[in-house]
Amino acid sequence: MDITFKNVTYIYQKNSPFEHKALENLSFHIPSGTFVAIIGHTGSGKSTLIQHLNGLTVPSEGEVHIGDFKLTNDEKPKNMKELRSKVGVVFQYPEHQLFEETIAKDIAFGPQNFGVSEEEIERRTKEALRQVRLSEELLERSPFDLSGGQKRRVAIAGVLAIQPEVLVLDEPTAGLDPRGQKEIMDMFYNLHREAGLTTILVTHSMDDALKYADQILILNKGTKFMEGTPIDVFRQKEALQSVQLDVPEVVQFLTSFEEKMGKPINFSNQSIDEIATSISEIVKGVE
Amino acid sequence: MRKALIEFRNVSFRYSDTNPWVLKDLSFSIYENEFVAIIGHNGSGKSTIAKLVNGLLFPQEGEILINGVTVNEETIWDIRREVGMVFQNPDNQFVGATVQDDVAFGMENRGIPREEMIKRIEDNLAAVGMLDYRLTEPHRLSGGQKQRVAIAGVLAIYPKVLILDEATAMLDPRGRKEIMQTVASLSEQQGLSLITITHDLAEVVQAERIIVMNQGEIWAEATPREIFSKRNQLKEIGLDVPFVAILADELKRAGIELTKEPLNHEELLEELWTLHSKT
Repeated sequence: MDITFKNVTYIYQKNSPFEHKALENLSFHIPSGTFVAIIGHTGSGKSTLIQHLNGLTVPSEGEVHIGDFKLTNDEKPKNMKELRSKVGVVFQYPEHQLFEETIAKDIAFGPQNFGVSEEEIERRTKEALRQVRLSEELLERSPFDLSGGQKRRVAIAGVLAIQPEVLVLDEPTAGLDPRGQKEIMDMFYNLHREAGLTTILVTHSMDDALKYADQILILNKGTKFMEGTPIDVFRQKEALQSVQLDVPEVVQFLTSFEEKMGKPINFSNQSIDEIATSISEIVKGVE
Repeated sequence: MRKALIEFRNVSFRYSDTNPWVLKDLSFSIYENEFVAIIGHNGSGKSTIAKLVNGLLFPQEGEILINGVTVNEETIWDIRREVGMVFQNPDNQFVGATVQDDVAFGMENRGIPREEMIKRIEDNLAAVGMLDYRLTEPHRLSGGQKQRVAIAGVLAIYPKVLILDEATAMLDPRGRKEIMQTVASLSEQQGLSLITITHDLAEVVQAERIIVMNQGEIWAEATPREIFSKRNQLKEIGLDVPFVAILADELKRAGIELTKEPLNHEELLEELWTLHSKT
C-alpha cells in the first residue's frame, strides 16, 4: 500500500497551556513495497508519526493516505478496523504485551478480533511460527515460560498472523544481543521481500538503515530534515552532525581516511573488501 | 602485585535442581583498580556473575570472596556497600522525584549525615557531568543522562567496585559513548575497579582485560587486542566482530602488512599513513 503524508501537523493538548506540536507540516510519499527507515532523536516525532499509520491518531491538520484509506481531522474512515487489519505494528518491547495462557491463544488474539475463521487462524498460526522460527511444540506452553528473545518472537508472530500489507517496526531489536538482532532483522527483511510488504523501520542504528532500507527519512523536531537513498543521506555527514546524528561506521572511517591521507574514497555502499582494495591502491601509490 | 578484590573459586550455579547449570566450575579474579569487561551473548551466564557478586543469588558450589570476605547471608549487607551496580533499564532504577533526591536515596539507606550527603551529591553529580540538572525531574532526562545519574547515586556510597550490567544496551550510540567515557575516566581518577558486562565488543576496547563467557564457562581471557584477533571464533559464539577488525582482515588479504591488530580507526589510519609515507 502506498503511504502519503500531505502537510501533516499534529498538536498535543491543543488550546491548553501544554499545547505542543509533535509534527509540523510534514509531507512525504512511500511507494508500495518500499523498505523505509525513519531516524530521529527522542522527541523528533517518530512515535507520533507511527500512530498515524494505523489510525491511533488522526492529523490535526493535513491528510494521511494509506492505500485507499484517508485520515484527516474531521474524516476518520468508517472502516478503521479494516485499516488496522492491513497495518501491523510491532511496538517497542512487544513482549510486554503478551497476556494469554498459551502461545497459541496469544497469536490467535489479533486475527480473532478481525473475524478470521478458526481453521484459517490455525493455518496462519503455523505459518507465523515458521516465519519467526519457533517450534510448533511450544504452542500449548505459557508465553511467560520462554526466554526474552523467544517471547519477542511470539509477539511478532501475533502481528504476522494478521497478515498485514504494511509492517511498522518500532526499534524491534532493542535489548537483543548481536546474534539476536541480526536474526530478527534478517527475518523481517526476508518477509518484506517474500510477501511484498511495505516496511517502516524506526531505528537508532545507522548501520541497519544502511543495510536494509531503500529510503531513509530523517525527522528533527517534528519536521522532515532529510530524505533519500542511504547513499545520498549518509554522504551528508556535516548536515547529519548538525542535528547530532551519526553516520554509519564505514562512512566515518572513509571521512577520517580522507582527512588523514588527503585522498578521497567515495562512499557508494561498497563492500568492505572493495574498500580494502581502494585503500591498498592509495597506500601503495598505484592509482 | 595487585590485591584481588573479587575472587570466584570453582563456582557453579543453576536456578533449580531440574535446570541446566548456568555457570560451570568458574574461577577468576578481578583486582583493585582494574577495568575488566565480561562479554558473551544472551544466556552465556554473564549477568548471573553480577548477581552472584552482590548476593542477589548464591552459588550451589564453590565460593565467592569480595575483598577477602565470603559472600553469604550474613555478609551481603557489608558487601553491597563495596559493590555498586547499574542495570540495563534506567527507568526501573529511579526512585527520587528529582535528580538530587535520587542520588541521596542510597546514602539515606546507609544513614550518612546530611552535611556529608550534600557534599557527596555535588561531587558525584559533577563527576558525571550532571550537576546542572540536580533539581530536574528524572522523566525530563534522556536515557544516557538517566544512566549517568544512576552512576552518581552508586558512586556516592563509595563502592570499591562498580559493575555496569548491560547499562548501555537501551541507549543510542551517542549515549553509549558518553557513558563509557564517563566511567572510564571516573575509574581512573577514583581508583575504582570497573566491571562492564556487555555484548558489544566495540565498547570494551579501553578495558585492560576481557573475559569472554560462553555456555557458562570462560571461553577466553585476554587483552582487547588479543580478543579482536580471534574474529572467526567470536562469530561462532554469537558475538559481533568490530568493523575495524573486519577491515584489517580485508586489508591483509589485499596485501597490506599491518604490524599490530588495530583497536580503533585512529590506530588503523596511523599505520596506513606510515605505510603510505614509505612508498
